[in-house]
Amino acid sequence: MATKNKKLSLKDKYQYLTRDMAWEPSYQKKEDIFPYERFEGIKITDWDKWEDPFRLTMDAYWKYQAEKEKKLYAIFDAFAQNNGHQNISDARYVNALKLFLTGVSPLEYGAFQGYAKVGRHFSGAGARVACQMQSIDELRHVQTQIHAMSHYNKHFNGLHDFAHMHDRVWFLSVPKSFFDDARSAGPFEFLTAISFSFEYVLTNLLFVPFMSGAAYNGDMATVTFGFSAQSDEARHMTLGLEVIKFMLEQHEDNVPIVQRWIDKWFWRGYRLLSLVSMMMDYMLPNKVMSWKDAWEVYYEQNGGALFRDLERYGIRPPKYQDDANKGKHHISHQLWSTFYQYSQATNFHTWIPSEAEMNWLSEQYPDTFDKYYRPRFEHWQKQQEKGERFYNNTLPQLCQVCQVPTLFTEPDDPTQLSHRSLVHDGERYHFCSDGCCDIFKHEPEKYIQAWLPVHQIYQGNCEGADLETVVAKYYHINIGQDNLEYLGSPDHRRWQAIKGNKPLGADDSKDAA
Amino acid sequence: MSIEIKTHAVEPIRHTYSNIQRRFGDKPASRYQEASYDIEATTNFHYRPLWDPQHGLNDPGRSAVRMADWHAVTDPRQFYYGVYVQSRAKMQEATEYNFSFCDKRGLLTRLPDAVQENLLRLLVPLRHVELGANMNNSSVAGDCVAGTMTQLHIYQAMDRLGMGQYLSRIALLIDGGTGEALDRSKTYWLEDALWQPLRRLVEDSLVIKDWFELTLVQNLIIDGHLYPLMYQHFDQWLAEQGAEDVSMLTEFMRDWFSESSRWVDAMVKTVRAESEANVEQLQSWIEVWQPRVVTALAPLAEASVGAPALSEVAAQFAARLKKLGFAAQEIAA
Repeated sequence: MATKNKKLSLKDKYQYLTRDMAWEPSYQKKEDIFPYERFEGIKITDWDKWEDPFRLTMDAYWKYQAEKEKKLYAIFDAFAQNNGHQNISDARYVNALKLFLTGVSPLEYGAFQGYAKVGRHFSGAGARVACQMQSIDELRHVQTQIHAMSHYNKHFNGLHDFAHMHDRVWFLSVPKSFFDDARSAGPFEFLTAISFSFEYVLTNLLFVPFMSGAAYNGDMATVTFGFSAQSDEARHMTLGLEVIKFMLEQHEDNVPIVQRWIDKWFWRGYRLLSLVSMMMDYMLPNKVMSWKDAWEVYYEQNGGALFRDLERYGIRPPKYQDDANKGKHHISHQLWSTFYQYSQATNFHTWIPSEAEMNWLSEQYPDTFDKYYRPRFEHWQKQQEKGERFYNNTLPQLCQVCQVPTLFTEPDDPTQLSHRSLVHDGERYHFCSDGCCDIFKHEPEKYIQAWLPVHQIYQGNCEGADLETVVAKYYHINIGQDNLEYLGSPDHRRWQAIKGNKPLGADDSKDAA
Repeated sequence: MSIEIKTHAVEPIRHTYSNIQRRFGDKPASRYQEASYDIEATTNFHYRPLWDPQHGLNDPGRSAVRMADWHAVTDPRQFYYGVYVQSRAKMQEATEYNFSFCDKRGLLTRLPDAVQENLLRLLVPLRHVELGANMNNSSVAGDCVAGTMTQLHIYQAMDRLGMGQYLSRIALLIDGGTGEALDRSKTYWLEDALWQPLRRLVEDSLVIKDWFELTLVQNLIIDGHLYPLMYQHFDQWLAEQGAEDVSMLTEFMRDWFSESSRWVDAMVKTVRAESEANVEQLQSWIEVWQPRVVTALAPLAEASVGAPALSEVAAQFAARLKKLGFAAQEIAA
């Protein structure tokens, strides 16, 4: 019966197996079926121009993913059976996992639901299918991360109530507000935020450092997850690039909207990544590379090439890129210094870097570490040796947008704290930087809603008036187990028992416990 | 005699995560439990969605149905992602074998033209129904709350995409991979009078705002009629015309339906058992939608298996409803 006699190309065949299943509705209005597609002002004139970023039919998806899962769970089982946690470089490493499980894994779940939503609501079926595939991948990631770390949870503290903590603990409002921001935006901004900025531009500075950290520190469970998720991540990256090019090619009026989103989500992402910077420079016993080097390779070089490529659409590099480039010499040190002072309120431990680690930091940061940061750590170390380990008991001021305490310094003056503020509707709001202040100015109605942990404690919304009650009752942080200094902590002592000797890099004379 | 490998026993300090301990006690937990319970954010959301400022993110108030804890709805199959994809991978392996067998032996192309045309007119357009079901389940996955609920619906969404693709491949077997048969089949979906009531029903389902109503309409009521009608009665009808080989290509759908009905029934039962208000709410939705579904399927039945087959399907569905605790309606097909 065939009258056409040309076989479909792979590309056309995939379109028949995806977008061709859709049709122009006639019994309901298109705007009623897809009510969220227009309010952001993005103009789409022809969804047929959408290029499928990858071609994966469901039968192939099931097959490949099942093979990957089978191998991954075989490793998880072997890891648990052989008590693989005993083979990591040092128990301090597990603190990176605590940060990951409480800070990142819940975001994967948010991504799963966010992509399910946009995967329903674009009127272009090709884009819907690609988003749905990312949705179920993100569900995979949160679940496999929970399973990868399940064994660690049985042998270390601080991992045990990750989702509860994600909703409440002060510093976890940094990643949570980032994702809430994206999910509460429209579908096109969501994709710009997560698919483009997060997955495409910044993934090598977020996902990859944790996985490389696992590889360098003998964490077979987590690194195997990383390898297994790599091909998923590659798909997500191609979606990110396609989304941005598609919007820019569809209509010139989209360019300024997309540019503003790129500016916003670059800066929001950069602030979120400051947590990763301290993980790389301070929390990994075996370092992969310094934050500064990572930023240079993955943002300045790779990101630079990307933005040169986007220039032909009228897109320029993110507005506060220069400030971020300057910050690479400082942010990890500033953040670790802050967490060192506030360990009583975190689900992970902090410590003074060993002499060898400080020397490594001096080498990596020749212009800044010895000059600005080493003296601070040496001072705290002396106090700790006297049995006066420093904890700061005043609650910090948080930035209204990124929610990081206002701890960063001026881009051009590392001795001056950076602080901006403005009055909106009779109320004064505080910011860590011009980047965050700009974001607020554009959408004040959104950011005045922010659930700022410090304000909430003061307002009595966290089950207690004093920090210790809030930490124990509201955060579910087990005092003396999950929090405080690493040296002498139960994790540290258990590790010493496992190894029958002293942990790497730790000197007993510093032991304040 | 047994071989004994000496291992170094290490006592854990806890057996599972705290949230799982609070629900089930501190004992070793299943992977399903750790991957499904309490992983969703529930409080302290920062911003109200621009697309629905009346509600918060993850707001259970997007449905009229109330549950003290939506985690009460669980999956009798205990699917988390890994188990889900491995189960489907097995099913697709069998399906792939069947497709290539049909292709190699030309089992569809040697059917009489009239029968081939029947496949394109009466069976293949269901791919569009599958896409509607895909969208509806993705919608529920994005809007509903609790990891045990959300994951059920994303698996269901991807299943529907997959089955739409299998149906499309039936047409590609017929036209030798040119896409021409798919174009013809789509014209039936868009223009043939016998599909219009069903197309209207699918489009109407796409504007349902309440996500529990949506899962009920799609996964219980529409599928509960459509699958028995098309993959049992219609399948039998095809066999009577000498097209029994088509059964090999739709075996996935039959297996899938009997498997997925289990969680749909479990969900509906659990939600119904929660409160009298839920019983009434679900009952009222069933009363609105069940007659519409039967009416929408009538022309399709009449053009193939005949009205009595649809009546039988409706009676079976009524029995299923009764088992779930709902009053069944008398519906004449």
